[in-house]
Parts: sequence; C-alpha cells; structure tokens
Amino acid sequence: MTGDAPEPTGDDRVRYDQARYVEDGQYEPLLSEKDLTRVEIDESDSPLPDDLTRESVELPNLSEPELARHYTRLSQMIYGIDSGPYPLGSCTMKYNPKFTEDVAALPSASVHPDRSERSVQGTLELLHRLQEFLGRIGGMDAVTLQPPAGAAGEFVGIRIASAYHEHNDESHRDEVIIPESAHGTNFATAALGGYDVVSLPSDDDGRVDLEALEAALSENTAALMLTNPNTLGLFERDITEIAEMVHEAGGLLYYDGANLNALLGRARPGDMGFDVMHYNVHKTFATPHGGGGPGAGPVGVVEELTPFLPAPRVREAVDSRGGDGNENGSRGDEPAYELFDPEHTIGTVHGYQGNWLVLVKAFAYIARLGDGGLEDASAKAVLNANYLASRIDYDVPYEPFHHEFVASAGEQDAADVAKRMLDYGVHPPTTKWPEIVPEALMTEPTEVESKATLDRLAAAFDAVAGEGDETLEAAPERTTARRIDQTSAARNPSLSWQALDPDSDADGGDEN
Amino acid sequence: MNESDTTGSPYAPHTTDERTAMLEAVGVESVEDLFDIPPDVAFEGEYGIDERTERETRRLVRSILDRNDDLTELLGRGHYGYYVPSVVDHLADRSEFLTSYTQYQPEVSQGFLQALFEYQSLLVELTGLEVVNCSMYDAATALGEAATLADRVRGVSGHRVLVPDLLLEGRRDTLENYVAGTDLVVETYPTDDGNVDVDELEDAIDEDVVLVYAENPTVRGTVEERLETVGSLAGDADALFVLGTDPIALSLLQRPADVGADVVVGDASVLGLPTSYGMGLGLFAVRESYLRQVPGRLVGASEDATDRRAYTLTLQTREQHIRRERATSNICTNQAWVALRTAMHAAVLGPEGLVDLAKRGVTGAEALAARVDDLEGVVAPVHDRRHFREFVARVDRPADAVAADLEDLGFAVHVVDNHEIQLCVAGVPDDRIDAFVDAFAEVVR
Repeated sequence: MTGDAPEPTGDDRVRYDQARYVEDGQYEPLLSEKDLTRVEIDESDSPLPDDLTRESVELPNLSEPELARHYTRLSQMIYGIDSGPYPLGSCTMKYNPKFTEDVAALPSASVHPDRSERSVQGTLELLHRLQEFLGRIGGMDAVTLQPPAGAAGEFVGIRIASAYHEHNDESHRDEVIIPESAHGTNFATAALGGYDVVSLPSDDDGRVDLEALEAALSENTAALMLTNPNTLGLFERDITEIAEMVHEAGGLLYYDGANLNALLGRARPGDMGFDVMHYNVHKTFATPHGGGGPGAGPVGVVEELTPFLPAPRVREAVDSRGGDGNENGSRGDEPAYELFDPEHTIGTVHGYQGNWLVLVKAFAYIARLGDGGLEDASAKAVLNANYLASRIDYDVPYEPFHHEFVASAGEQDAADVAKRMLDYGVHPPTTKWPEIVPEALMTEPTEVESKATLDRLAAAFDAVAGEGDETLEAAPERTTARRIDQTSAARNPSLSWQALDPDSDADGGDEN
Repeated sequence: MNESDTTGSPYAPHTTDERTAMLEAVGVESVEDLFDIPPDVAFEGEYGIDERTERETRRLVRSILDRNDDLTELLGRGHYGYYVPSVVDHLADRSEFLTSYTQYQPEVSQGFLQALFEYQSLLVELTGLEVVNCSMYDAATALGEAATLADRVRGVSGHRVLVPDLLLEGRRDTLENYVAGTDLVVETYPTDDGNVDVDELEDAIDEDVVLVYAENPTVRGTVEERLETVGSLAGDADALFVLGTDPIALSLLQRPADVGADVVVGDASVLGLPTSYGMGLGLFAVRESYLRQVPGRLVGASEDATDRRAYTLTLQTREQHIRRERATSNICTNQAWVALRTAMHAAVLGPEGLVDLAKRGVTGAEALAARVDDLEGVVAPVHDRRHFREFVARVDRPADAVAADLEDLGFAVHVVDNHEIQLCVAGVPDDRIDAFVDAFAEVVR
C-alpha cells in the first residue's frame, strides 16, 4: 500500500517500516473478532440467587498462546523509546533502565496498604528515603509522594494554596496566574480547584513579562504557576524578582516540575523562591511512561506549608534508635518509620499512597545515578538539545534554550511535518504548541541520545523540511496505519467493539 | 562532585570525543556555557546522593524492602491481591508497551490504542454502559471525577452529593478535595446491616441532590441487595446514580446498566495488578448521554487513508491540552499501562475464568466465615447478608490484640472496630486459608 515512500539514499536517513498485519483486508483483528463466547449465569450453579446476579457475560475466550501472539503483534505496532529517538517536547522521554522493573517486581514490594506500620518498615523506609532525595533535589523542606501524576501534584499544590490562604483568613484570594505558554494541566488544575485563571502573556523574549505580571497581581492572587525553564526551554532569568513580586502580593509561587531535567545539579526551585512544586518522576527520573501512565507527581513544599501536606506522611519514629526495636519495627540500630497526619492536612488526593511501584523505580534510578549521574543528565540533555537545534534547517526563534527547543515549521503545517517524520523511523516532536511559535515543533531529545542518533534525527527533520505539501499531507506511509481520519472519529464516536458498525468492520472474514 | 569524565549518567552514551565535536558544532567551549542560570540562583552544593552500580542499587532496594515482613494477607477493603498470571507480566513488560507515551501519533501507536479499545470494550460488556474511558488514577479519584461530572451535568441547580456512611476514608477524603472547587457538599446516608438503608436514603433525597453513590460489593464485603431501589430513587430526583464496583465483582453481580446506574467507578486493577500498596486503576464508565462530559482519554475506531479500521484518541476537545481551564478534568498522565494489564488478565481468564473467579469470591468468603464462626469467641459474618470476597467478624477479645497476635503468627487482617476484624480471601491459596483458621483458633480464645 506504500506510495512513494522514502528509500535509503546513502545518507543518514533511516529506512523504516513498522509491522503491519493485514487479514481479509483489515489490520490485526480485535480479540472479539478472534472469539466471543457467552457464559450464562444460572441459579443452578451460582452461589447467589438470580436477583443478585447478572444474566451472562460475553467475552473472548482464547488460549494463552493465541493471546501471546495477539499482544506481541500489538506491541510491534507501537513505537517506544527502545524503538528509536522520541523527542516529544515537554515529556522527557528518556531511556527507562531495565533493572528498575526488577526491583519493582520484588515480592517484598508487594504489600497491602492497610498493613500495620511495623510490618511494612521496608516500604516506609523507601518512601522516606525517596522523600529525602526529592527534597534535596528540589530544595524543598518536605515532600509528599501521594499524587499519582503531575496533574495530581498540581492539584495538591493548588489545594495547599487554598488551605494556606484560608488558614490566614485570606479566602478571598480566588485567582491563579498562569503564563499563556504553560502546560494545559495548569489551567485545568486551577479551574478544578475553583480558581479563576488569569492568563499572562510572554514578553518579546519569550519569558514572563514583568509589567504584565505586575498588572495581573492583586490582593486576589492565590498563586502563580510557573515552569522553569519555560516551555520554550528558556530560563526565567528574572525568577528572583518574580518571586518577590508574587510574595509581596501575598501569593504563593508554584513550580511545575515538567522541565526539571534541565536543572539537575545546577539549580533548585526552592533556591529560586518557589514555595511548592511537583516532580514528574516519569520524566525526570526515568520511570516508564507506560503508553500514557502510570507516573507519579510528588509534591515538595517549604517549611511554612508542611502542615498542609496530604495525609499521611512518613517520618522517622521518635526514639526509634535503641531498645530491641520489637515494638516499632526497627531492626538492630536501623531507625523505625511511622505514618502521621500533618496538623492542617488537606486530606488525600488518592485512595491510598499513590503509585507505589512507580516510586520504587524512581528511587532506584536516583540511587543508581547519584549526584554525578544526575548532574551529567542535565548537562547532556541540554547539550543534545543545542546540538540537534544547530543541525536542523528549521528556524528556532527563541534562545538560549536548555533541554528543549521550539522550532518553527514555517510555511509547512507542523502536524503534517510530524506525520512525515514518522516515515523516517523517528518519533516527531510535540506540535503546534506553545502557540507563541508559529507551527511549533517542540523538541526534547533528552540525554540518552548519542551524537550519531541525533545526526539521524536531524536528517529526518531536514528531509521533511525539504518536502512539499503533497508529500506531507499523504504521510505517513510506512507506519502500521496510514493517515487516520480524526474528524470522523470525533463525529461518529465508536468507542468499543460493541459499537462497531457491523457493515463496516472486518466484514471480509467468515464467522468463527 | 564530578571532577573527571569517568562519572556520569550510565544512560547518556556520549564519549569525550563526541562531546567535544558536539560542543564545537554548537559553538561553545563547555557545556556550562549552554546554561543561562543567573548566579544568584545557581546551585553550588551537593545532593549528597552516592552513585551506585546497578548491582549495588538492586542490593540496596532489596535490603530496604527486606524489612517488610512476609505475611499472608487476608486484606481487602478496596485493594486486592489476586494472582496475576505470568503471561501478563511478560507481555505487558514488552518495551513498546512500557516505554511509549500517550498516543498523540496514532499511526505509529496502533497496538496500544487497540489494546485500550479492547479494555474499554471489556468494561462496556461488564458494566452495560456505552462509554468507558481508558483510565483515571484509582477508585477514589474516579469517584471525585464523577462528582464534578454531576456538577457539570446539573449546571447551576443542586449541590448535595450523598455517599454511604461506610465509605472508605481515603475515598471520602479524595472526593472532598475534588469538590472543593465547586459548590457541592458531601453528605452521608445510613446503612442498615451492611446495605443501603433505602428508607433513610429516600428521606435524604430531594431535588438538591445531584449524585447518589453506592457500592457493590460494599466495603464490608456485603452484596448490595437494593440497587434497583437506589437507582430509581436517584432517577426520580434527577440525580446521577454512581455505582462503585470492580471487574471481578461485575462478572457475577448485577449489571450496573440493569439497576439504573448512570456512572460506574471503581478499581479495575483487581485484574492485572498484584498487591501494590494501594496503586490502582480508576474505572470510569458512563451512559452515552454524558459522552461529552467524560473526563480522561477515549480511544475510538476510525479509518485510515486505505479505508481500513484504525484507532485514535478522540473527542480530545474535552481535554486539558486543548480546552485548558474549560476541560472536563485536569488529568493528563493516567494509568494506561495498568489498563493494558487489566485487559490482558481478563483475556487470559476468559469469560468462564472470570465468572468462576467471581463465584469463588462468594463461596470462598462464605466458607471461611462459616469456619471461623465455629470458633469460640468469634461470630461471622457480622452482617446477615450475602458476601463477596470478604466479611466482617466479631471477636470477643479486643480486635487489635487479635490482629497483633495473628501478625506474630504470619497473618495480616483488618481491624475495623474495637471488636471487629475483616477477612478477605481474594488471592489467598487454600492451604494458607487452612493455616489461617488454625492460627485464628489459637488467638481468639
């Protein structure tokens, strides 16, 4: 089905074809097209009376070998970090070390959240150590590990801001200021917390416009949410002044940790005057993105905000060293850990303590790299972004950027550029955002790419930069599926195999 | 801290020569020249975190986690430790599943999209509702999202959310945080012997109620017998009926669509995840009429340029990256990989395996209740109801003393009141159940 697909040209370009299975004119069938078996639930062999049970269940009934093949084929139809470069801006798609899966799979990690504290000292110790690590990395005085994602971390930050202002009899503060170029989650989180969003334009250099900030701040300001480096990769050089202005107005300064990878070992949000921040462990600390999640979004705060953190928190138990340790779970001279509720806690934002298995992986990554590895990660992430930008033909209007840059596709449509890049065996950048750059290509190669890979990635950018609209609009050609019709997907939502139109789905096949 | 070139990230592959060449191409002398960090906020200190080899790191994590006692857990109350077949681990750990991200480029992500479409379809079958998103974080946050959905659906009228008095604290608390930015208030209604007290509920409902929440099975393991009444009471008041449950329970218990549920929430990771210290997978299903108000991601079928069926994230104008402060939720990163595992586990079990596992939830819990009821000093179950997976037992001795003694014998149980413990059979092998009964007999006297 391929048209004039790119051929090997002897240069840096990669020849690439993604796996594609076609049967009876359709791609890999759904499980439900391989089998559907209805199991009736009869009172005769059910432990419950009919009025408490359903009538039947109809689902695929396939053997393990058939399922292994099904999911292996599906996996071949996915481009992951191990497939090639994945410079998706703002997402920090770095290599996920394999050994972290092993430690998360340890049987000793598999404990229930309602276990007694003395019987899960290992879990509490790991959480405590991770809190300490993150506190030092962010320059924060205390950390909660409960938020299960970055947006959940933002929500904790906003709820803490509410609780803090309420505690100070300043509940009238009902506005959150957010730069126009910020992550969409910032706006949505502020709204979820009941705040009005005050949008802040950038200055000509792509940074916070101090005059606009001055105008936006008022006695109603609850917080300013900021990413630094910002979404253009630029460091907010006026951060000290920004912090003073926000604090002067009585607001809190929130740090969105999405871009923390640029600063490891070099700058800390706490030192810049931020009061509360979240960390994206699936970005900065290399836990796998899992096709969309799970991640984790721990939140750090300065001393003044610690009483408001979610409950419970982990701490070293008072008088935990010494004695025989049987009472509180300490072992020999190791400290014991306990859970406690902060004095003015906002409560919980998760049913338990968040994405535990993700936190184990994040701990292992940080413990593996240490100071030297973390500082090296930011160095090479920034070096890679700068090197890649220097190699591509597209214009990069805003400098000096750090771990990511935003190129402009110029006269080309950025979304089409992305589709065409797929044909060269690379994952494209984030597109059309931030809007301050026309036809934006937001690119974050991370530290894990070698010079040779970056050269091939640059060749993919340049190849597409030299192609015409017709080629771009026809792309991609070498992926499992060709260009997918988004409009009809949204106009006629078909969200389950039950909803598929029997006349239009894999009708070439015989009934099983 | 890093004086020579010999230390650094083991996952950044640059040689010294390559680094030099790259710096030259960029036109700077050192990497430090690329950082635009004002000196007054530069960090000159150290984190004080040692570097370790992979082997040392594994040993460190293992030695920390070895401090966890190896107990047989008869624990449930919202988090369950069913056995997950090995094939699920091996397939889900394929790195294309594990290391990809959200399917912003559907053409190159068909495999994950299809798996999520199949996950949605599994839950459509089990709930009977037409629309299932491809994950919230957990049951508690899914309930919170259901409340904000109710708020949007009802617009300006109504502000009361009714939940059972038995609701888990973590769920109640999380719900309170989700509604903090709205005008909604959360109130409880009473239960009667482990089921909804429908008379009290009827008295509590008025036109100001926007949401009625009930669970099946309940947190105390009872099968809820009055769901249809709850559904019609909610419906009469034009309030959303939100039902909390999970895919194993749904394989046997009443289908939510048949009892009038408008929204189904719960923890779908009962399939796919072993005991994980509370990590979950938020199930979120709604009737089709609320499609445009659904939070989170949806995978839909469409066609590609060759007219073949293909999958894509759809209706994204509901989401934060497009709609910003007018989005239906702030969720971005979700639990997609757990949803993949859930779909895989369900596929491995098949419909017969699922129904059988659910039936054993009833027979296993009720058989254990009968066995411990025979012990002197124990009455079980406390509630005169049918049970699923778990039940509450009354003990003559103080419950915390019983639990502590059991822990010394290698078993973990819930303490739910001064003289009440709760026991769950999910995932516990038969021989460990036998050993538990022996241990329990020893400590209850």
